[in-house]
Amino acid sequence: MIPLSYYLILSALLFLIGVVGIFLNRKNIITILMAIELMLLAVNTNFIAFSYFLGDLAGQVFVFFILTVAAAESAIGLAIIILVFRNNKSINVDELNRLKG
Amino acid sequence: MEYIFYFLSSVLLFSALRVITSKNPVYSALFLVLSFFSAAGIWLLLQAEFLAIALVLVYVGAVMVLFLFVIMMLDINLDHMKKGFWDYLPAASFVAIIMLIEMILILNKSYFESPNLFVTPEISNTDALGNVLYSDYILPFEIAAIILLVAIISAITLTLRKTKINKNMNPADQVKVKRNNRIKMINIRSESRLKKVKKT
Repeated sequence: MIPLSYYLILSALLFLIGVVGIFLNRKNIITILMAIELMLLAVNTNFIAFSYFLGDLAGQVFVFFILTVAAAESAIGLAIIILVFRNNKSINVDELNRLKG
Repeated sequence: MEYIFYFLSSVLLFSALRVITSKNPVYSALFLVLSFFSAAGIWLLLQAEFLAIALVLVYVGAVMVLFLFVIMMLDINLDHMKKGFWDYLPAASFVAIIMLIEMILILNKSYFESPNLFVTPEISNTDALGNVLYSDYILPFEIAAIILLVAIISAITLTLRKTKINKNMNPADQVKVKRNNRIKMINIRSESRLKKVKKT
């Protein structure tokens, strides 16, 4: 029987990899989106581990909604990337200063 | 059971590392597929069958294909992408080490001894999830449906090219037309005056 803390450590390491991926790939907006997906996966694994060890289905329902929202988020993000590429002819993050924020 | 968990989690961590370090975004996407797949295996060990299969179907089948389409469709300058890859390593390692220390402090075994509240379910996971999803969580379920609808509409409207394919007319514009929009009165010089102008 694998204890709960092993699952939590696994998802913590996965989350850390996602955070480091966002830092390292500052120029690559597609890999940033993928790192966000990794972080969401870590959070979902946490939810499911707690749902299993506490005998409660609420965690799995939350994972269901997180999957829905993450799919919507990545679809809109990729649409925005396509739009940026069409306007700038590149998806270089450094050139994304048109809004002058 | 333990060996399966260790194998799946080591594959998961390795492929996650390759996602953030590989040079080509296509390789990153393929390693992300691998990490999703091994995460689905870990979810299966936790008896969340429905979500594991949904992860494979929705993420590997739909979202990652979308990622791959976008990566292959765009003309990405790979050399520029990797410029300054290790510049942010000090900041990244700083944040990562601090987060790691915090998580080690929290995830100490004394706090999270396995609660062992788990009872063997009488019905399948999909059954149980459907029972709560359509009764207790019906409002969030409908909101999730609306979120997906909004995502569809926004993704289509963002990427739609507004080219004119057919020669249809806008009836409102046709009704609004005034005489001055169509007819322009021009004062043309008569021929005799024109000759005079040429002579002089």
